[in-house]
Amino acid sequence: MIHSPYIRKPASVQRVMGTVLLALLPGIAAYVWQFGAGILVNLALASAAAVAIEALAMQLRGRPAAPAVADLSAIVTAWLVVLSLPPIVPWWITLLGVAIAVGAAKHLYGGLGQNPFNPAMVAFCALIVAYPALMSQWPAAGRLDFATQFGLILGGARELDAVTAATALDALRTGMRGGDGVDLVVSQGGAFGAAGGKGWEWVAAGYALGGLFLLATRTITWHLPAAFVAGLALMSGAFWLFDAARHASPLFHLASGGAMLAAFFIVTDPVSGATTPRGKLIFAAGIALIAWIIRSFGAYPDGIAFGVLLMNICVPLIDMKTQPPVFGHRGERP
Amino acid sequence: MIGRLFGFRGGIEPDAHKNESAGAAIRRAPLPGRLEVPLRQSTRATARCIVRPGQKVLKGERIGDPEGVLGTAVHAPTSGTVADVGRYAMAHPSGLETRCVVIEPDGEERWIDHAPFDYRNRSRGDALAWLRDCGIVGLGGATFPAHVKLGRGEGIDTLVLNGAECEPWITCDDRLMRERAADILAGALILRDLIGARELVVGIEDNKPEAIAAMRAAAGAATGVGVVPVPARYPAGGEKQLIRVLTGIEIPYGKLGADYGVQCFNVGTAYAVYRAIVHGEPLISRIVTLTGNVEHPGNWEVLVGTPIDDLLRLAGPRPDTDRYLMGGPMMGFALPRLDVPVVKGSNCIICASPALFPPPMPEQPCIRCGECARACPAELQPFELYWFSRARNFGKAQEYHLFDCIECGCCAYVCPSHIPLVDYYRFAKSEIWARERDKSAADQARERFEFRNFRQEREKEEKAARLAAKAAETHARIAGEPAADAAATPSIQAAADDPKKALIAAALARAQAQKAAVRPRNVDDPSPGTQAEIDAIEARRRRAAAAAEPAPAQTSSPAPETHSRTPTR
Ligand code: SF4
Ligand code: SF4
Repeated sequence: MIHSPYIRKPASVQRVMGTVLLALLPGIAAYVWQFGAGILVNLALASAAAVAIEALAMQLRGRPAAPAVADLSAIVTAWLVVLSLPPIVPWWITLLGVAIAVGAAKHLYGGLGQNPFNPAMVAFCALIVAYPALMSQWPAAGRLDFATQFGLILGGARELDAVTAATALDALRTGMRGGDGVDLVVSQGGAFGAAGGKGWEWVAAGYALGGLFLLATRTITWHLPAAFVAGLALMSGAFWLFDAARHASPLFHLASGGAMLAAFFIVTDPVSGATTPRGKLIFAAGIALIAWIIRSFGAYPDGIAFGVLLMNICVPLIDMKTQPPVFGHRGERP
Repeated sequence: MIGRLFGFRGGIEPDAHKNESAGAAIRRAPLPGRLEVPLRQSTRATARCIVRPGQKVLKGERIGDPEGVLGTAVHAPTSGTVADVGRYAMAHPSGLETRCVVIEPDGEERWIDHAPFDYRNRSRGDALAWLRDCGIVGLGGATFPAHVKLGRGEGIDTLVLNGAECEPWITCDDRLMRERAADILAGALILRDLIGARELVVGIEDNKPEAIAAMRAAAGAATGVGVVPVPARYPAGGEKQLIRVLTGIEIPYGKLGADYGVQCFNVGTAYAVYRAIVHGEPLISRIVTLTGNVEHPGNWEVLVGTPIDDLLRLAGPRPDTDRYLMGGPMMGFALPRLDVPVVKGSNCIICASPALFPPPMPEQPCIRCGECARACPAELQPFELYWFSRARNFGKAQEYHLFDCIECGCCAYVCPSHIPLVDYYRFAKSEIWARERDKSAADQARERFEFRNFRQEREKEEKAARLAAKAAETHARIAGEPAADAAATPSIQAAADDPKKALIAAALARAQAQKAAVRPRNVDDPSPGTQAEIDAIEARRRRAAAAAEPAPAQTSSPAPETHSRTPTR
């Protein structure tokens, strides 16, 4: 017996996920333009792996695999894993990442909608802890042709120093450890562009463009990206104003590393994030704060992934404490 | 007057599909071969049948007497013969049966004598009784008796007339407003007088410009009357949403508009009130929209009791029609069978086809996207309610305001995972109700048991008291003194009491000896300090006892009220 409502909006998880994939395209295009097409190999590899793992996991759980694969959520996860890894990681790192994200972080917790942690970030954290060296080999913009990248990905010789360069966040850390001021580090290092890391600022712009598309299609609400961007800008801005020689500018923080990818695609993961409007603000601002602290004082160049996982732990509490008042009950304590 | 509109949060804008049926003028449905008039037309009340099979009735003749506070009268929709009084299936998702009076029309449509009711020169109570006897219930769907809703005749500031009609497809109120605006308004003004309100606000969704124009023209220069277009966004016609939009007042779950100085009536109800007061006609027909997958969508004036089967023939359902919905697609239900009669709350019948109403897609896991929360007009967190209902964590569901859910279906409408959210809430609510029922049954059993214990205890005490009284009497007689004299002279009484006193003293001494012999364990072998403290306390107590000696002994038992008083919230 089917009950009311008898009409449904033409919406589906597939459509939501498809929109996210579409929104990632400008960032990926910028990636290819600045760093070469190697990333496409990783994306293809990861997509295939994600589909296979998703199907396998559903099979093992005794559920039909087709609808789960068709909802595209595994592919979104796979793409986010790839986009947070260096584009020249060996193929097995990518596969391992996808396996951790889809197989463990998602399906071990019961599949779509059940995972308390952001799968892509679980994979990233696991890999950076397990393979710190491989995970820090980032190519410099425009330095590698496709054939070289392809070779690197498929496990060819890794004469690394010739092809990789420190990322902007990395260079800044190392420079500052050496006692140099921000200005000096930036002027000396070749890693820096006008806003953030050289080449990376374009990728960041691409993600931001895709993010605006997500906002326009109402796939995400403004709360998460706004709170993340504002949190990062305010923290870094305050310290930058206080001591510009020792702290990078807000613009640099926002245009570097995974900031824009995170703002629109990672902190906005609905499943593992906070859901109430106020909760979203707290959640995203918390990630920004942790990311900034790790970037500035921690042992890793970027801290967004850790920020996401730490805040994921807080989500149940945040959601519980930020329940919005119900119609007719305004003024009551929820 | 209404200065600005207030928004309500949430809501959806599905395809309205109003054009299909809004264009055609209301037509009178032909007399069916047989009418089944349910005796249950108002919420939770069934009228008492006052006709017998074989009896002739006239159009508008009363066939059911109102019973109970929520009862309203039921009338013969046309003249003819009562063929049967019995149980027949009613228009309800469950296909439940209800007591019906079956009338075979004679085709003459002969009215009973009816005359206007001069409500201005009669008492308010008489007017309410008149409405009850005319069978006036809310025609918006809830069929709540109008005379009950009119309340005490004070404390209401604003009467809201609901012409929003926000469900897709339904146009019966729209047509009624376009065609009979003056009558509706006259009825509304009567309602306003009866309820004691100053203002009358008519809320109409802005996708019905003709209805707005007609109602505005009818309102003319009448004072304290406003016709206000409200944004067309489902569920703008939900009573609480409409009141919110028009007055800014938010009425929480479990509260009535009347508690906040507003009361809301449907335009159809106002029209029925007009007919009842100005023409003395009972409520025997209503406007029904027939639409959807049909050849001739439109609105029909239909006698209550007309079989839906007969009605559908007027619209001509297309061959691929697979279901028939009563009410709108958001909150209506699929009719399990078509041999059921139109009732006062039947506003619309939609013929559904797979093309118009595709079967729901398979349910997928909730991705916590929050779409449902954005759409919920009650500002709930539907996905949380869903998790809790699914996990049968009903306590939590209630904490998250499950019962504020108005089952409007907005959340299910937008959910990308196609989760039938409202079904989960219905399930949770019915489970909670079932538990409440079980619990109250258990409570009653426990109360009965406790009362029995109490009664036995009391009987025992009474028996003991009787025995004691008897013993005292005997005692007195043995002492050789009449009891009456003993009361008269204290010296004699003292003498009479002597043996008693001796007995008591002996008992006390025994008790004291016992107490001295058995020391409570926790003061065994007290340290010298503690012993000194105890001695000091004892000394104080003795002094106090000595001082209190002349005063009568006080019995200090806890006041029973403190137990029976239950904390109220
Ligand atoms: S709309 Fe559906 S999928 Fe989204 S949060 Fe609500 S229940 Fe979950
Ligand atoms: S059905 Fe209930 S929970 Fe869903 S939108 Fe309506 S009021 Fe909110």
